[in-house]
Amino acid sequence: MKREVTITVNGVAHTRAVEPRLLLVHFLRDELGLTGTNVGCDSSQCGACTVHLDGQAVKSCTVLAVQADGSEVTTIEGLANGALHPLQQAFWEKHGLQCGFCTPGMIMASADLLKRIPNPTEEDIRHGLEGNLCRCTGYQNIVAAVQAAAEKLRN
Amino acid sequence: MAKVIGQAIKRKEDPRLITGEAKYLDDIQLPNMAHVAILRSPYAHARIKGIDTSKAAALPGVIGVFTGKDFMDLNPMPCAWQAGGVKNNVNTPRVLEPEKVTFTGAGVACVVAESRYIAEDALALIEVDWEPLPVVVDAKKATEPGAPQIHENAPNNIVMEWECGDAAAVEKAFAEAEVVIKQPLVNQRLIPTPMETRGCAAMYLPYTDEYTVWITSQAPHVHRLLMTAFVFGIPETKMRVISPQVGGGFGAKIFLYPEYPLVAALAKKIGRPVKWQETRAENYRATTHGRDHITELEVAARKDGTVTALRVHTYANLGGTLSTIAPGIPTTLYGRLLSGAYHIPHIYCKVWGVYTNTGMVDAYRGAGRPEATYVAERAMDLVAQATGLDPAEVRRRNFIRPEEFPYAPADNILAGLKYDSGNYEAALNRALELAGYADFRKQQAEARKQGRLLGVGLSSYIEICGVAPSAWIGLPGQGWGAGLWESANVRVHLTGKVVVTTGSQNHGQGHETTVAQVVAEELGVSVDDVIVQHSDTLGTPFGYGTYGSRSAAVGTIAVYNSLQRIKEKARKLAAHLLEAAEEDIVYEDGKLFVKGSPDKAKTIQEIAAAAAIGYSLPKGMEPFLDDTAYYDPPNCTFPFGTHVCMVEVDGETGEVKILKYVAVDDVGNVINPMIVDGQIHGGIVQGVGQALTEGAVYDENGQLLTGTLTEYAIPKADLVPTIVQDRTVTPTPVNPLGIKGAGEAGTIASTPAVVNAVVDALSHLGVKHIDMPLTPQRVWAAMQRN
Repeated sequence: MKREVTITVNGVAHTRAVEPRLLLVHFLRDELGLTGTNVGCDSSQCGACTVHLDGQAVKSCTVLAVQADGSEVTTIEGLANGALHPLQQAFWEKHGLQCGFCTPGMIMASADLLKRIPNPTEEDIRHGLEGNLCRCTGYQNIVAAVQAAAEKLRN
Repeated sequence: MAKVIGQAIKRKEDPRLITGEAKYLDDIQLPNMAHVAILRSPYAHARIKGIDTSKAAALPGVIGVFTGKDFMDLNPMPCAWQAGGVKNNVNTPRVLEPEKVTFTGAGVACVVAESRYIAEDALALIEVDWEPLPVVVDAKKATEPGAPQIHENAPNNIVMEWECGDAAAVEKAFAEAEVVIKQPLVNQRLIPTPMETRGCAAMYLPYTDEYTVWITSQAPHVHRLLMTAFVFGIPETKMRVISPQVGGGFGAKIFLYPEYPLVAALAKKIGRPVKWQETRAENYRATTHGRDHITELEVAARKDGTVTALRVHTYANLGGTLSTIAPGIPTTLYGRLLSGAYHIPHIYCKVWGVYTNTGMVDAYRGAGRPEATYVAERAMDLVAQATGLDPAEVRRRNFIRPEEFPYAPADNILAGLKYDSGNYEAALNRALELAGYADFRKQQAEARKQGRLLGVGLSSYIEICGVAPSAWIGLPGQGWGAGLWESANVRVHLTGKVVVTTGSQNHGQGHETTVAQVVAEELGVSVDDVIVQHSDTLGTPFGYGTYGSRSAAVGTIAVYNSLQRIKEKARKLAAHLLEAAEEDIVYEDGKLFVKGSPDKAKTIQEIAAAAAIGYSLPKGMEPFLDDTAYYDPPNCTFPFGTHVCMVEVDGETGEVKILKYVAVDDVGNVINPMIVDGQIHGGIVQGVGQALTEGAVYDENGQLLTGTLTEYAIPKADLVPTIVQDRTVTPTPVNPLGIKGAGEAGTIASTPAVVNAVVDALSHLGVKHIDMPLTPQRVWAAMQRN
């Protein structure tokens, strides 16, 4: 029943035999112990589980581990490179988080957004983050954080 | 040294949260841990005739399958706040329901398995023989003759009948009134939706009979107390409760839910650590909801806009069983606030708390106060509409004046408490100025000529924070029967580092930073040298946890009081070391010295080291700088402000677009403005969610139609534009820091501001009211009706 997959996560290749129904988010959390990626719903609405799959933001609760076979995945744990990523720094400085549960997914979605739109308007950011829900911040400081990070990344 | 209180310091807790290192409940992995899944009732009202677990138990990987009959040694959950004369009709959940369910989502069986996947597979193999019973979901209908009876001990499904105010005086005021307004209002049911669902993990040590339980908890000490004393009947010393990183609560994580004692009991039964993490679908059915009031509002006023009396009748839907503090929310925290920011001569409020075949209803952000504020703020706009006066002017004419504080609302509706301080008109004026109110009124008139629908809505709210003085919250028949004080322990270690434990529980509010700021300010140490610990019952003083905007106004004051005694002891020790009289010692910027000789100072770190080494102490002084405080506030605090919402309604579709949102709040003194602003933003958007998009809907069979995040629309990033914010500062005299509290203000204020704006946009069409949520369909329908 189980199938062998090799998924490169944050630069390290992991080979595991998994059930075909295993979700990528459970592969990351339960097989690899990378618990920074959170699960907030069961209907692909909240975006807390957002990771990068071959450079694109995906909701890892909506991808099967077997679909990610041979792919490269980046999670919140792999975003910082020794020092905090400009988005992590900006979320901290602009108070873009309160309880922090949506934050890893929000940061990963924002990173993808800024790759596509390096100089976003407020509307671009609000529209671009529609797939990620936050119940604490009212989004105002998340928008401010993404704007600040965008500026830093451009310079 | 610059003041630390009042600085927008970056949060100390954030590094672990922005890197994914924080450990939430579902991140906990214990050796040999098993996983729990719970079978929940698909029926809203049904008898359980039998449960066959044999097929589920036979599935490979299943460790055990259990039903309610396996836990008859455990008591039902307690209802801890039996306000309003709740007597012998209390019905609360058992860990698993053994005989009957009263709402969809009630747990009836559970599987313990090697993985969550296997546990879920096994749930599908459990066979329950159900006898469905008639269902009622509407609170008012549930009290009518012929309605299905949900509990034998609650005739007409009534939990309690509660009242406050003076019915006769109100009757007289209505008889004499120049203007009488009647308006039914529905404050719809909401689903709190913290982004992290609930969960619980537990381990059990058989030889000492000790449990360790991890809970997504806003109040770990309270969870332990309720579980040990009421459900298990064991000493609290046999259980340690830890609340790990918690992903939001909004009230829903205060309560003792059946899953927590269930998981603890399962750890004992199977002899292995176990974990249960709620799915979002479970969360929507089995975690508490908020609001759900059906209200008949009556306002008596004079033609000049002066309100002379309010009469409010409310049916409060409390669900199929009672949650931990359910009866207290639509009574003490609702009726007592109905005077709002206004001098209203007479008020009468009657509330029926009602059982229905719906999920449990309890405190949700604001808890009773948003419902009361919605009534008061809609009342002001209805008076404006009836008298032809501007809504801002009506508010001005009714405001309590600054010189009237401390202010006791009419007819003793606040049961002995008085509003602490306020300057309501100043906040209103600032909000109108920021909003460009006068200009907007001109734009609105112009727009109407072009067929465009612009509207502006005000909300001059107050709220009750800092719950709560024991003399008030403990009132027999009204309160908890216990105080709601808070604790703190402060220790200054040998190295000069300060460790604070607090009974407050941080699940996003930033306590690790704001408490450190107060310590830094008082002791003159760096914020980086202060560690704030919380959320573990092991070795920490009992505390009531975080809700009701109480952590700054109650919890931090306990810390402050400890710090004063630490400073006093430091002064004594400094006097000893400097061979001076204690009264000559000055404590400034972390240094203690004899008046006039700052060059020969001892730092607080040196004093702490001397106290810890304990070698040369004054006679009779105990070693170490260590103090524990328990703080019972003398009064609640009453933040206030005015929010202004400006909207455009699409005449073709009924869609509401928020053009501008202005918030002027007065939360007293502020420890960290960045954190307070963030609390307000989040609160506002949650309240806008209630006004425009959110609403839990049960069909007549008691099925939750808004059962996932696909159907229940919490606000997304594009619902509310960047909020224009300012503050007025009226410190409270209630506590030495002058802090009022800020956690719920935004939610309380924003809902009526938005509704008032939409009704204002349509007022020239004859629209007086639309019930929430103001979806395009409802707004469009209201336009067509008029």
